[in-house]
Amino acid sequence: MSRIAACFAALKAQGRQALIPYVTAGDPNPSVTVGLMHQMVTAGADVIELGIPFSDPMADGPVIQLACERALAHNTSLTMILAMVAEFRQQNNTTPVVLMGYLNTVERMGYEVFVAKAQAAGLDGVLMVDLPPEEGHYFTKSLAQAGLDAIFLIAPTTTEERVKKICAVGSGYLYYVSLKGVTGSAKIDTDAVAQKLALVKQHTQLPLGVGFGIRDAESASQVAKVADGVVVGSVLVNALGDNQDDPENGCAQVIATLTAMRQAMDV
Amino acid sequence: MTESAVLPDAEGHFGQYGGRFVSETLFAALDELRDTYDQLWQSPAFQAEFDLDMAHYVGRPSPLYHAKRLSETYGGAQIYLKREDLNHTGAHKINNTIGQALLAKHMGKPRIIAETGAGQHGVASATVAARLGLECVVYMGVKDIRRQALNVYRMKLLGATVIGVDSGTKTLKDAMNEAMRDWVTNVDNTYYIIGTAAGPHPYPKLVRDFQSIIGREARRQSLEQAGKLPDAVVACVGGGSNAIGIFHPFLDDKDVRLIGVEAGGHGVDSGEHAAPLSVGTPGVLHGNRTYLMSDENGQIQDPYSISAGLDYPGVGPEHSYLKDIGRAEYTAATDEEALHSFRELTLLEGIMPALESSHAVAHGCKLAATMGKDQMVVINLSGRGDKDIHTVADIDGIEF
Repeated sequence: MSRIAACFAALKAQGRQALIPYVTAGDPNPSVTVGLMHQMVTAGADVIELGIPFSDPMADGPVIQLACERALAHNTSLTMILAMVAEFRQQNNTTPVVLMGYLNTVERMGYEVFVAKAQAAGLDGVLMVDLPPEEGHYFTKSLAQAGLDAIFLIAPTTTEERVKKICAVGSGYLYYVSLKGVTGSAKIDTDAVAQKLALVKQHTQLPLGVGFGIRDAESASQVAKVADGVVVGSVLVNALGDNQDDPENGCAQVIATLTAMRQAMDV
Repeated sequence: MTESAVLPDAEGHFGQYGGRFVSETLFAALDELRDTYDQLWQSPAFQAEFDLDMAHYVGRPSPLYHAKRLSETYGGAQIYLKREDLNHTGAHKINNTIGQALLAKHMGKPRIIAETGAGQHGVASATVAARLGLECVVYMGVKDIRRQALNVYRMKLLGATVIGVDSGTKTLKDAMNEAMRDWVTNVDNTYYIIGTAAGPHPYPKLVRDFQSIIGREARRQSLEQAGKLPDAVVACVGGGSNAIGIFHPFLDDKDVRLIGVEAGGHGVDSGEHAAPLSVGTPGVLHGNRTYLMSDENGQIQDPYSISAGLDYPGVGPEHSYLKDIGRAEYTAATDEEALHSFRELTLLEGIMPALESSHAVAHGCKLAATMGKDQMVVINLSGRGDKDIHTVADIDGIEF
C-alpha cells in the first residue's frame, strides 16, 4: 500500500481527518524547509504538500506568488526540492509528501528523469495545477508505473461528466478547490462544499481533500466535518513571509496555527 | 486543404503544441467558449454581423500599398505594406476584439477583461466595450503603463478601468497572469478577451480565425493589384496574432515564403530579447504548450524588447508548429534595426509604423534587397506609431 493510501486508511479507522499543510519549498530560504516539514508532522500534519516555486504561478494569489519569489531569489530548483524530500525521508518514512506546482518546471527536467528522481527521493504524489487529465495521460501513466500518485483538482465549476473523468485517472486523493478564485482568496462556504463533495463521492472511493479559503481552526474543523482532508496553505505561507528575516519565528507561527487546527479537528 | 490548414484538432493541438493547460476551475468556461464559438463561427448570421462591423466600424478592407520609394531604396523586390495601421484604433488588434466582443454578447457576459502590453489590445478592448455598453477591466504591467502613457489615458477616456500589475517583470506576461486570476474568480459573469493567438484552446484558434481577414484580403489584393501572389509575406511576432492572421490564408500556397520576425532586443545572443522561436525551447505557459524563454529549471525568463507589444516570453502555439514543420521561417530584428525602419519608413513613405511593426519592416527590407525587382514582398504593417513617439523622442533626448 502506498504511503498516501496507508495514511488515509489509518485516519479513517480512527475516525479522523487528514491535516494537509502546504508550504512553498525554499521559502523563505532553502535551509528552512526540511526542518519545518518535521515540525509540521509533530504538530499533527498527516500529509505535506510542498510547492515547487514558479515564476508565473497563475492559479495562485499574491501570497503564494511572493513565496515563489522568495524561494526563487535563493535559486530553489526542482532538483533541490527532490533532495529536500530525500533528506526528510532519512528520518520519516511514513508521512506522505506531495509536490504541487506548475508543469513547466517538470517538463524542463523531463518526465522520465523527474519520475525516476522522485521515486528515489521517496516522494508520494504529484499535483500539477495546470495539467488536466486530458493533457496528462503520459505523465500520469509514468507516475503510476513508479508507484507515485497523480493528484487532480476538482472545482466548483467542474461538471459531473468531468468529475467522472477526473475520478477515473486520479489516485491517492482528490483535491477539491472550495471556491472560484486563486489561493488565499475569500472565505469558504461549507454548505456548498458539502453538496459538491456528495456528488464527487458518488464517483470515487478516493479520499477527498478540500483546500482554498481555510485560514483558522474554526474553518478547518468545519471542513473536517464534510471532507477527508483539510488543506491549508496561504495562512501558513503568510506567516513565513511576514517573518522572512526571522524564519524561526515564522515557523513557530506556522506550528501554532497547525496545532490549533489539529485540536479543533480532533474534538 | 492541407493538414496544417485544418488544425487545431478537437483538443486544440497543433502537433505537439497548444492544448489546454489551465487549472480545473476554468475548464467549464473554456468548454462553453469552444462550443459557442464553433457554433457561431459556422453561422451565416454571425459571419454577416462580423463582416458588417469589419466594413463599417473598422474600415476594412485595409489597403495593400505599394511602397515604391522604399522598394527603390533597397533596389530589390517590390515592397507592399498591408495597412492594418489604418484600422480604427490604429492596429490589427480591433479585428479580434470585435469578434470576441460579439462572442461575449452572445454568451450574455456583461463584463470583459483583457491584458495588454503596448496598450493596443487594451484600447481595442475598451473601444468595443464602450460600443456594446460592457464593463471593461484592462490589466497592464506597471512598466508598460509608464512607457505607454498615451494608450493608458485613451483606455480611461473610453471608460475602462486600467489595473497596474506590479508582480514579476511588470510587463505583458504578468498582465496575462493577473487577467487569468481575475477570470478564475469572476468566471460566471466575465469574458476574457485574450489579445493574441496564444492561451488555452480555443483562443489560439478563434483569434487566428478573426485575424485571418488580414491574409484573405492581402491574398486577394495581391492577385488584383500585382496579378500574382507575393513571393514572401513578413510579419512581426510577439504572441503572433497579426502574423498568424496574415500567414494562415497563404498556408496552402507553398511557393509563398512566410517569415515571422521576433524582437531581437539587444541581439538574440545578448540574452536581452523576446525571441522564443529563435532561441527558446518548448514548454508550458499561459495555458498552452509552445516555444518559451525559460531557464534550465523551467523558470520563465524576463523578455526584453523596445516594443512593449513584443515583450513576451512565449508565442502562439501554431507558430511553434509552423516552425517545426518548416512551413514558416522565424528570425529576429534588433531594437536598433526596428528604430532605423521606424525612421526610414516615416521619411520615405510618410507612414509612421508602430515599433512592433517596424521589426517586420526591418527584415522585410533586408529580404527585399536580396530579391529580384520582379518579385514581391508583403509586409504586415500591423499598427501605427503614434503611441511610440514618446519612446523615440526619449531616445532622441527630446522632452515635450
